[in-house]
Parts: sequence; C-alpha cells; structure tokens
Amino acid sequence: MSSKQKKVLIRIIISLVLLVFIVVLDNFVNFNKLILGTLYLVPYFVIGYDVLKKAWKGILKKQVFDENFLMAVATIGAFALGEFTEAAAVMLFYQVGELFQGLAVGKSRKNIAALMDIRPDYANIYQDGQIVKVDPDDVEIGTVIVVNPGEKVPIDGVIVKGNTTLDTRALTGESVPRTASAGEEIISGCINVTGQIEVKTTKEFDESTVSKILDLVENSAMKKAKTENFITKFARYYTPVVCYSALALAIIPPIVSLLVLGDANWGDWIIRALTFLVISCPCALVISIPLSFFGGIGCASSNGILVKGSNYLEALAEAKYMVFDKTGTLTEGVFEVTAIYPASDVSEKKLLELAAYVENGSSHPISLSLQRAYMDKNGQDVDVDRIADIQTVVGRGVNGCLDGHRVCVGNEKYMAELKVSLPRIYDEGTACYVTSDDKYMGCIVISDVVKADAPRALAELKSSGIKKNIMLTGDLKSTAEIVASQLGIDEYHSELLPGDKVDMVESYMTQKLEKEKLVFVGDGINDAPVLSRADIGIAMGAMGSDAAIEAADIVLMDDNPKSIALAMKISRKTLRIVKENIVFAIGIKVGCLILAAFGMANMWLAIFADVGVMIIAVINATRALRIKK
Amino acid sequence: MKKTYDIEVDCANCAAKMEEAVKNTPGVADATISFMTLKLKVVFEDGVDVDAVMAQAIENCKVVEDDCQIFV
Repeated sequence: MSSKQKKVLIRIIISLVLLVFIVVLDNFVNFNKLILGTLYLVPYFVIGYDVLKKAWKGILKKQVFDENFLMAVATIGAFALGEFTEAAAVMLFYQVGELFQGLAVGKSRKNIAALMDIRPDYANIYQDGQIVKVDPDDVEIGTVIVVNPGEKVPIDGVIVKGNTTLDTRALTGESVPRTASAGEEIISGCINVTGQIEVKTTKEFDESTVSKILDLVENSAMKKAKTENFITKFARYYTPVVCYSALALAIIPPIVSLLVLGDANWGDWIIRALTFLVISCPCALVISIPLSFFGGIGCASSNGILVKGSNYLEALAEAKYMVFDKTGTLTEGVFEVTAIYPASDVSEKKLLELAAYVENGSSHPISLSLQRAYMDKNGQDVDVDRIADIQTVVGRGVNGCLDGHRVCVGNEKYMAELKVSLPRIYDEGTACYVTSDDKYMGCIVISDVVKADAPRALAELKSSGIKKNIMLTGDLKSTAEIVASQLGIDEYHSELLPGDKVDMVESYMTQKLEKEKLVFVGDGINDAPVLSRADIGIAMGAMGSDAAIEAADIVLMDDNPKSIALAMKISRKTLRIVKENIVFAIGIKVGCLILAAFGMANMWLAIFADVGVMIIAVINATRALRIKK
Repeated sequence: MKKTYDIEVDCANCAAKMEEAVKNTPGVADATISFMTLKLKVVFEDGVDVDAVMAQAIENCKVVEDDCQIFV
C-alpha cells in the first residue's frame, strides 16, 4: 500500500466511525434538520474533500464530465434534498471502491511484473584480481564475467570455464534444465543452477536477449487491441450521454407531471437523476480490458511465448489459417540417420563406421549426422589415427584411406563415376552410398525428422478452430508428401523458392475473409518477408535469434509447435474474459440506469453498479494471468 | 523521434484522457499510454523542441486530470 493509499484508508476509518456515531446519535437525540445536516457534513468532508476539490478544479478548467464532478454533484444534491446519510455514505463507498481498485490493479501489476522478472541486477567481473559486482550496463564486450550458482546470467556470451546446468524456465517455460559447458553459447536471462561458470560476453547488455525481451514485453501494452480502443471511445461518449440524460431526467418528467398532474414531485426525480450520475462512471470498463490483455500477455510470456502487443493477442483468437514453414518448424531441421541398408555380407555397425570415419573431417550437416549416429552406436568418437588422406569431391562426396582401404562415401552421381552398381532405395531423404576398395558396402539414409509433438500440436490447432493447416517447403514433392502425411496436414506446397512463399501467403490472404486471420509460422531465419506479410507472424525457437525477435509479432522462445496451440488457447481465454467484462459491466450499468430512471434503484445499488462492478471486473481480468496449459 | 516517460495517474479513464491530451499537443505526432505499465510513449514530429513540447503536454494533461504526473 502506498502512502497515498494509507492516507485514504485512515480517512475511510475516521469518517466511518463518525458516520456510525452520528447515525446512532440521531436515534436518541431529536436534532433539527439543520443541525443534523451540519453534523453529517463532518464525515462527508473528511472523506470527500479531495473529490470536491478536484471537481471544483475541473469546473474551472471546463472539464465537467469526470467522475469527481459526478460524485460531487450527486452527493451535494443528496444533501440539498435532506438525504444526509446517503450523501455521506455514497462518498465513503466511492472512496472505498477507489482504494480497492487501486490495490487490485497494483497487485496484478506486481504479479505480472513478477512473472517477467528476468532482469539481472548486476554482473560479477574481475577487477585487480577481485570479483566485484557492477551494473550490467557497464560491462564491455569481451569481458569475462563470473556467474555463481543461483544467479541470473546477465549478458549473452560464451562459456570459457566451468560446466553447469541452466534453468531456462523464465525464458522458455521449459522446466527441464539444460546442461552447458565450456565453449557453448549462453543466453542472458537463464538461471545458473549447479556450478560456477566464467562467461566471455559477446554482446552489450542493451543488445542481450534479456534486454530485448524485457523491452518487447514492456512495450506490448502500447499496441492496443481493437476492443481496447473501442472501449476508450465508448467511454468518451458514454459519460456525457449519461450526464445529459440525468439532467433531462431531473427536468423533463417533473415539468411534464406539473403540467399534467399539477404536481412536479421535484425531489423524487432529482434523486433518480443523481443515482444516474453515480452509475455513470466508465472506469470498470476502461480498466478491465487492458488489464485482461496485460494478464494474458503476462501469462503467455511466463510460458515462453512473447506477444508483441494486445492487438496480436486479440487477432490470434480469430486465426483460421495456419501456414507453416516446414524445416525447423514442423521438422527438427537437423538431419538424422533414419535407415541403414548394409550390403549382404556387411554389418550395420561396420557400414556406419566406414562412413563416419571418412566423413570425420567435414562439418556438413550430413557428415555431422553420420558422426553423431556412430557416436550413439559405439559410445566413442572416431580414432583419428586410423584415417588418412581425406579428399572431398565437390558435389559428389568424400573419400579417404581407412586401415589401408580406399573408402568412398557419396551420392548416386559419385557411385556412377566409380562404376559401382546400386540397389534401389525408396526411402525419403538423402541416400549416402559407401564403397570400400570399389566394392559396394551399403547405403545410409539421412533425413530431417518430424518433431515429436508436431502431429499432436496440429490436431490441437484443428480442434481449436483452425480451418486449414498449410505447409510450405522448398523440398521435393515426394519428401513433402511423406512429411505431410506423417503430420496430418491439410494442404502442402512443395518445391517453393523463398520468394514463392510470399506469393503463396498472399494468394491465401486474398482468398480468405477479412475477419479470418492468417498466421505464418517460421523459424525466423530467411522468412522475415513472409512473417511480416501474414496477419500474424510467429517465429519459433527464437532463443538468442535477434532477427526472429525483430520480424515476428509473436515469438516462441522454444521450438515446440505445441506452444502455438497454447498461445491460441491463452488468446481465446483472454478474449473471452474481455468479452465477459464488457457484457457484464455494460449490462449491469444499463440495467441499473433503467431501474434508476423508473425510481427502483437507490444510491446503494448505484454504488454497486459503479465500484462493485469495477472490482468484479478487475478480479475477473486477473484470471487471464492464470490460464493453464 | 520517440521517447518513453514514466507517469503516475490513478484511474484508467483518466489515463485515456491524458493520452488524448498529449496527442493533441502541437509537435506530438502520436502518443500512447499504457495504464498497466504506467508508461507514456510519445512520437514527436521532426525538428521540434522536445522539452518545450513536453512542458505543453504536461500542462494539457493537468487540464483534463489534475492529479497526474509525467516524469520528464
């Protein structure tokens, strides 16, 4: 509670005590009206002096339609009509409501801030042989920083000493810790769990992942959703309309009744008009909408989904078409050995050994996957001494001398040149043929594999209202077809050049209805034009990739396609909460206005329609924070 | 040019009014207030004196909502 709020609380308590005292006293002593009114003025001024002051200032500045003015007119009017208890109590409850609202908003603001609490406060550096704590802003590129267990990694860099495990939950929502050792890149915002490490920074603090993420999340509330703008606009008309209606209610019916019945009944109508004024404050609406979106964005970011604006979170709920880039998005994007076909008298192990040894020197993705497969099978790296004289034949393959035998590994063209006859291989992927002293030894198939969670994720998306899942790829049709069937995708387009992907997305954009949104999901590398062309661009696996964070509207820190389904779920729930609040707040207000116009609502109901609705709407809005997976 | 300022204001509707007031200040191309983060982002027109514009913007805000602060 801030000092301002504490002061209000004290005033509330004092005026409540005074009010109760006067009400009780009134029962025992028969005051005349003037003295009683003066007595009630004491708690009234204690609780309401600032409201009156603000209202007066507003009038001087010709700003008459703010809530202070409404409260002042309503309560002064009630005093004038002899409704002393009501007048003082209405002011009291108004202040209680304001205090509650302030506390609720403050609390949810803090809750959300805690979710995003990844800002590192300091960095440890060596200075004259001592470790000192400094502001991360002051650390220059290339400085060695020390990160102790339990501390946040403050700046992006490369580990130069030590091994540890990292908790990346704040960044990715992933709860399984990641291991990291010397030589590996490390991203700021992770929490170092087990061992002390020394990191050589590769970026300045401002350019580090953690700064970029914080900047992005803090600015997200600036990009307002359509609903939010609608409500602000609505409030701009709503308050004056209700005020003029109140004025009309205070004047027209009494005059009409004076003319028709000969009795104006002024008092009754003025009370109805004042009740109108109390109900009219639009704050419940204006606060609950951005609060809901903010909660939704906070909830998403705690799951490793960064949404760049309320508008994107809102639009995602209306997504009907999901266009995916294949490699790296639906598939792992790393090649793996998927099949081994040794020749009749060769063992699988032997075949893999031949290939891995010859490919040892290369860092080509295919070579790496062969080496990895060998490592997995044998639990040991290749023995470099056994292999000599490695030569690369560009566009064909490699050959080398292993234990005195000439071993060649390469594609079909290479084998044709070596005049080796091959069996037919029907598998999808890239086939690597192996020969030893010109004798065919077998074939190893390497291909990109579908992400384990991808088929489930696509099914979830379909069940949450996506009309079509579409896959775009530069691969051959045969490969695309197999992947598409494994994934259960609705449509796919293969053999596309990067430029063609933009054209494909554009043609889908023209076919769909305006309110159906098209989402493009890519890995953020090379697909920036498509990401920005789609209604919503989602980049995945963005940990540490600046380009992806720049280009996309929604950034998935991990590369799990299930996060897309979760993002949609959060988006839909947030929007439902927003709609609930709009319908609830406007509904109750309009209902109370009608009751008040017919003289069936008193000040107490009016107060509920104002502060009660606001508090309920705020509490409902904070539900957006707690959307579960 | 863009700049972000911290603000203090108590109610959401007042924040919306402040936003409108800043937007209507000469020299301001666009302005957004986030009540949730209590931040004001101002896009200035080219070649204006930022300090003078902000002084005017604060005055305009004080008209619509007396109880507000912009920390320049």
